[in-house]
Amino acid sequence: MEAYLDNSATTACSEKAAQMVMQVLTKDYGNPSSLHNKGIEGENYVRDARRIIAKTLKVKEKEIYFTSGGTESNNLAIVGYAMANQRAGKHIISTPFEHPSVGNPLAFLEEQGFEVSYLHVDRQGHIEIKELEDLIREDTILVSMMHVNNEIGVVLPIEEAGKVIKEKNPKCAFHVDAIQSYGKFKILPERIGVDMLSVSGHKIHGPKGSGFLYVNGKIKIKPEILGGGQEWGLRSGTQNTPAIAGLGVAAAEMYDHLEENREHLFQLRDHFIEEVTKIDGVSVNGPLGHDAAPQIVSVSVQSVRAEVLLHALEDKEIYVSAGSACSSNKPSISKTLQAIHLDQNLLDSTVRFSFSVHTTMEEIDYALDAMRTLIPMLQRFTRH
Amino acid sequence: MYRAFLIKYGEIAIKGKNRHLFEDALVRQIRYALNPLEGKFEVIKQQGRIFVEAKNEDFDYEETVAALQTVFGIVGICPAVLVEDQGFDQLAEDIIHYLDETYADKHMTFKVEARRARKNYPKTSPEINMDLGERILNAFPDMSVDVHHPDVTLYVEIREQINFYSEIIPGPGGMPVGTNGRAMLLLSGGIDSPVAGYMIAKRGVAIDATYFHAPPYTSERAKQKVVDLARIISKYTGPIRLHIVNFTDCQLNIYEKCPHEELTIIMRRYMMEIAEHFANENGDLGLITGESIGQVASQTMHSLMATNEVCNLPVYRPLIGFDKQEIITVSEKIGAYETSILPFEDCCTIFVAKHPVTKPRLQNIHNSEKKLVGNMEELVKTAIETTEVILVEPEE
Repeated sequence: MEAYLDNSATTACSEKAAQMVMQVLTKDYGNPSSLHNKGIEGENYVRDARRIIAKTLKVKEKEIYFTSGGTESNNLAIVGYAMANQRAGKHIISTPFEHPSVGNPLAFLEEQGFEVSYLHVDRQGHIEIKELEDLIREDTILVSMMHVNNEIGVVLPIEEAGKVIKEKNPKCAFHVDAIQSYGKFKILPERIGVDMLSVSGHKIHGPKGSGFLYVNGKIKIKPEILGGGQEWGLRSGTQNTPAIAGLGVAAAEMYDHLEENREHLFQLRDHFIEEVTKIDGVSVNGPLGHDAAPQIVSVSVQSVRAEVLLHALEDKEIYVSAGSACSSNKPSISKTLQAIHLDQNLLDSTVRFSFSVHTTMEEIDYALDAMRTLIPMLQRFTRH
Repeated sequence: MYRAFLIKYGEIAIKGKNRHLFEDALVRQIRYALNPLEGKFEVIKQQGRIFVEAKNEDFDYEETVAALQTVFGIVGICPAVLVEDQGFDQLAEDIIHYLDETYADKHMTFKVEARRARKNYPKTSPEINMDLGERILNAFPDMSVDVHHPDVTLYVEIREQINFYSEIIPGPGGMPVGTNGRAMLLLSGGIDSPVAGYMIAKRGVAIDATYFHAPPYTSERAKQKVVDLARIISKYTGPIRLHIVNFTDCQLNIYEKCPHEELTIIMRRYMMEIAEHFANENGDLGLITGESIGQVASQTMHSLMATNEVCNLPVYRPLIGFDKQEIITVSEKIGAYETSILPFEDCCTIFVAKHPVTKPRLQNIHNSEKKLVGNMEELVKTAIETTEVILVEPEE
C-alpha cells in the first residue's frame, strides 16, 4: 500500500485539470496575445480560469494576476508593493515563521533599507492581535502574514488582523500568503481587508508552475518582470495557458466541494492525532482542534531523527516530510519550530503529515500501524 | 583546422618486450574515451606512435581534448593539422596560415623539425627545415630562428599525408588502465575515496567499488550520490562494478553489543571484510581506501592497524600522506568535488560516538567483537547475499 501524506509539499494533479492542460498544450495552444482566432481561443481559457478563481474569492476578474506559482506571487506582492510605495514609508510587519518565499524577499528589503518588525508567536503558533496593533505606525506600509502555517497548520487570524490594520492605518496594505489555505478555507479578501493574496496551483491538485496573486484594484505594485505587458503589465511573459486553464479547473473542484472536503480532512486529522499521540514519545505540535488547518499535522518523536523516520516510512511507501519539504533539500533547523519554542531535542525529530481530499482512512491506519512498529525500533538506536 | 591528434606517451615506451601490451591497452582506452563523443575517430598505432584522426569535420575539438585528457598513459596531446601532399609551396602556405592563426603575438623564436618517413619526398629532412624556416621568416619578420632553445618547435611529418603541429597539451600521465590488474575501492560519498580510486587507476589498475548503504539512516539520495561519484571516476578508470551493500543490520548489531567508542573501528573492520569478499569474488588484487593518517579518529596509526588486521589482501592507501587541501585539489581537478560535498549523511557518521577511541587496542577490539559471535556471521552473510551490483559507466 502506498500512502502519500506529503500534500503540503505538492499534490497529484487532478485528472480533469490534467486533461485540460493536455487540451490546451496540444490542441488549443494559441498565444493569447496573437490577434487571430487561435489566439482568442487561448485567451478564452485564461479568461475562464480568471472568472472561476475570482468567483471563489468574490473579487473582480482583473484583480487576479497569473504567475508561475506561490513563490513568485509572494515575491511580487512584497517586493513589488514595497518598491511602488516606499515614499509612504519603509516599515513592514510580518511573522517569524513565514515561508522562505516571504522571508527572503523581506530580508532583501531589509538590505534595501526597509525596517521589518516580526510579531511573536506562542507555543501553538498564535499571534497577539494587540501586538500587531501596537506595531502599526504611521510609516507602516505593509503587513505580510501567512494564513496557515505550512509546518504546524496553525491558522492566523487574518480577519481580525485586517480589521486592526485598516482601523489603525488605512493606508497600510495587507498581504496574505494563502498557499496552504486556499481551497481549504472560504476566503473573502475584500471583505476582511486583505489587499493581496498569494496562491499556488500545485498545492490544490492543479499543475506545477501555476499560481496567482490577487491584488485589490486600489493597490499599486511595481512589476518584477518586464516585457510585453501581459497581465495588465504586472507580469509580462506569454501566459502559461495550459497551467492557467488547469489551475482554473482545480480551483473549481476544490470550491465546489469545500465543506465536504473539510469534513473529510478533519475526520482523518482527528483520528490520526488521537492514535498517533498514544505512541510512546510522540507529541503533536500546534493546535489540535478544528481551529487549525484540516490537512496538516506536525508530529515530534522523541529520540528519533526526522530524516531517519522519514526514510523508514518511505521504505513502506509512506511519504512525509521532515520540517518543510519545500525548502528541505538541505537539512536546516525549521524557523517555525524555533518560533514556537519547540523543545531543543525535538527540533530535529519532527515530521509533517499532510493530507489531501484523496487521502483515505485506510492510508491513515496503514501509516499509524507503520509508526507503531517503527518508532519503538528506531528509539532503540540513537546517536550518543 | 585540426583534424588529428598525435598522442605522446612517456613511461610506457620503456617497458621493453611488454611494450605492445601497454600500447594496445592505451589504444583501447583512447577508443573507450572517444566512443561517447560526436564524430568518428580512427586510432592508429604506427611506428611507436599513436595517432587519433577525426574521420570527418563534425567533431568538437574542446570535447575531444577533454576526453583524451582522461586517458591514463597519455603524457601529451598534440593537435595536428593534416593535409594532402600538394607540393612544397602549398605546404609552406598551409603552415604559414597555421602559425598566423595559432600565435597572435609573433615576437618569438622557433625552429622547424621535419621527419621524412616517406623517402620519395623530393626534399630531405634538413632541406625541409631550412626551406620552411626561410618561408616563415619571410612571412613573419618578427619571428627569429633559435635551434637550441626555441619558444616554439614546429614538427612536420611527411607520410602518405603530411601533418604538422607545434603545441603539446599535457595529458594525465600514468599508465593505461587494464595493464595492472584490478582492485576494490571502498567508496563512500566523501571527498577522499573517489580521489584514492583515481590515483590507483592512474597506475593502470582497473577499479571495482563497494559502498555501504544504511537505510533508513542514509537516504536514497546518498546512494545516488555515490553512483554519481562512481560515474565521474569511471571516465578515467573505465566501467566500475559498484557493489551496494545494505549494512544497516550489521551496524545496529554492533551498536547494540559493543562499546560506542569502538563502534567506528569495529564497523570498518567488517566493511573491510565484506569488501574483501567481493574483491576475491572479482579477482581483485587489493583493496583501496581514501584514508590519510590522522584525518579522523578512525584513521590514526593505531586505528589503521586495527582495521588493517582483518584484511588478507594488500590495502592501498594512496592518500596516506596527503593533507585535506591536497586531496581537495585533486578532487576538484577530476570533477568530483561538487558532488562529494553534497550534504547527505553517510553510514560512518550516523551513530558516531562523541569521543571515539583514537588509540584502539587490538585486545579490546577482539574482546568487544566476541560479543558479536552468534549472529554477526549470519548478518554479514545476508548483507553479502543481498548486495546489489551495478555496472557504472560514464554518461554518454
